[in-house]
Amino acid sequence: MTSPKIKLTNVCKRFGPKVVLDGINLEVAAGESLVIIGGSGSGKSVTLKCILGLLTPDEGTIEIDGEPVIGMKRAERERVNRNIGMLFQGGALFDSLKIWENVAFGLIQGQGKNRVEAKAIAMEKLAAVGLGPEVAELAPAELSGGMQKRVGLARAIATEPEIIFFDEPTTGLDPIMGDVINDLIVKCVRELGATAMSITHDMASARKISDRIAMLYKGKIIWEGQTAEIDNADEAHVDQFIHGRAEGPIQMELRRL
Amino acid sequence: MNPFRPIGKAILGFFESTGRLIVFTLTALSHCVRPPFYLRLHGQQMIDIGYYSLPVVGMTTLFAGMALGLQTYAGFSRFSAEDAIAKVVALGITRELGPVLSGLMVAGRIGAAMAAELGTMRVTEQIDALDTLSTNPHKYLIAPRIIAGLTMLPLLVFVGDIIGIFGGYVVSVYKLGFNPGIYLSETWKVLEFKDVFSGLVKAAAFGFIVTLMGCFHGYNSRGGAQGVGAATTNAVVSASILILVFNYVITELFLKI
Ligand SMILES: Nc1ncnc2c1ncn2[C@@H]1O[C@H](COP(=O)(O)OP(=O)(O)OP(=O)(O)O)[C@@H](O)[C@H]1O
Ligand SMILES: [Mg+2]
Repeated sequence: MTSPKIKLTNVCKRFGPKVVLDGINLEVAAGESLVIIGGSGSGKSVTLKCILGLLTPDEGTIEIDGEPVIGMKRAERERVNRNIGMLFQGGALFDSLKIWENVAFGLIQGQGKNRVEAKAIAMEKLAAVGLGPEVAELAPAELSGGMQKRVGLARAIATEPEIIFFDEPTTGLDPIMGDVINDLIVKCVRELGATAMSITHDMASARKISDRIAMLYKGKIIWEGQTAEIDNADEAHVDQFIHGRAEGPIQMELRRL
Repeated sequence: MNPFRPIGKAILGFFESTGRLIVFTLTALSHCVRPPFYLRLHGQQMIDIGYYSLPVVGMTTLFAGMALGLQTYAGFSRFSAEDAIAKVVALGITRELGPVLSGLMVAGRIGAAMAAELGTMRVTEQIDALDTLSTNPHKYLIAPRIIAGLTMLPLLVFVGDIIGIFGGYVVSVYKLGFNPGIYLSETWKVLEFKDVFSGLVKAAAFGFIVTLMGCFHGYNSRGGAQGVGAATTNAVVSASILILVFNYVITELFLKI
């Protein structure tokens, strides 16, 4: 029995009076790919940020490799983060740096590689996300939104981390590029043996990249199971979500015109 | 409604932000002296603050020196104006006007730019991205800026002092027709090491204040473009007020020595 790579126990997070996470329990095994689905604003990005230590949960514990990470000292947290890659929802590229420097950032700052060596690896990773050498010298602002997303993806996987978080890796991409990215994520998990935790709204993508799926609703995980089981989940919320129906137990907070 | 509530809230808010500023300052300072150092970034900031502020500071002190020369003539023309102009300009510029005017100009130029840049990095999650790439934002973003402010402002003010005295010289020699040799020898005679030194100490303090305020407000900005705008305004206003307050405090200290 190996301990899970990532383990969340009763994680709660509030912003003022607003309860975003209300007791999340989640485990991800090493080498597994978990996808979190859930409506917009349900706290998916907040969950990832809690695991990364960017937000501190109000309650509960988070363990990475069996080590509790909440309240860790800065230096230890940096050591843990060295094995983690993150693709931010908005890309979050450093706009004072060139594209290749963005991708090579973790290699140069985190692993202490020299710039020549790091640039070669960065070019490889850019090619893997379908970007040629001509974009490497550009600034992030000169790229389209989808291209920025792909650069963010290249940056997340550049150091070949053990754990990778993808926040909506395929939103903003055309369907073909979306599928290329899906394949890339699958490859990272299968070939590099990485543990992946992704957020997506795109059910086709979720089915392709995940081993397991968890659904977040009203601050709780209301369903989790193997990807193949999701169609017979027998859970009204999940059912409504994967078929994208407006009618059902999940009521969007809108008023009729 | 309890009338004391808003007052209590304001007082608590004041203590909270003062506390946060103190913690921020101590953290930033500790990273200024602990390795690793990002030399490339230090150099970049020093050029940005030291070299590119030269025109602004030069123009400011030049015209300040010229106006001071004229004013002194208007006031002292009944006495031996020739000696008085040189003395007043030399002392006024090195002890007061050089550092204060340069500090205020740099607050507008550098403090605002820093707050806007860091604020944008905060709201676009670039600062979070630094954290996930195992790079401490205090070390990577803030330490280089503060060190550059601390070291470059004295240099700038020293150059500004020379230009300001030159401004007084130009007015008295070319406009008022005084003897250039006497003007320069009077300047040389009246200036003591302490006059220039106290001005440079002020400059270092102002450089620290400007960069600290720019970084503090930018780093802690919240809520999109509006938050960045507010951070910029707060950085400039608080830096300007603190410059004037500390100018008085440092003047008082030097008078006691
Ligand atoms: N820093 C913050 N301060 C206050 N509220 C926040 C903050 N971050 C997130 N929230 C709130 O937490 C809730 C969940 O946000 P989160 O970004 O996790 O949503 P999400 O599930 O990722 O949605 P989406 O699919 O649209 O990205 C939102 O209602 C948001 O308003
Ligand atoms: Mg999100």
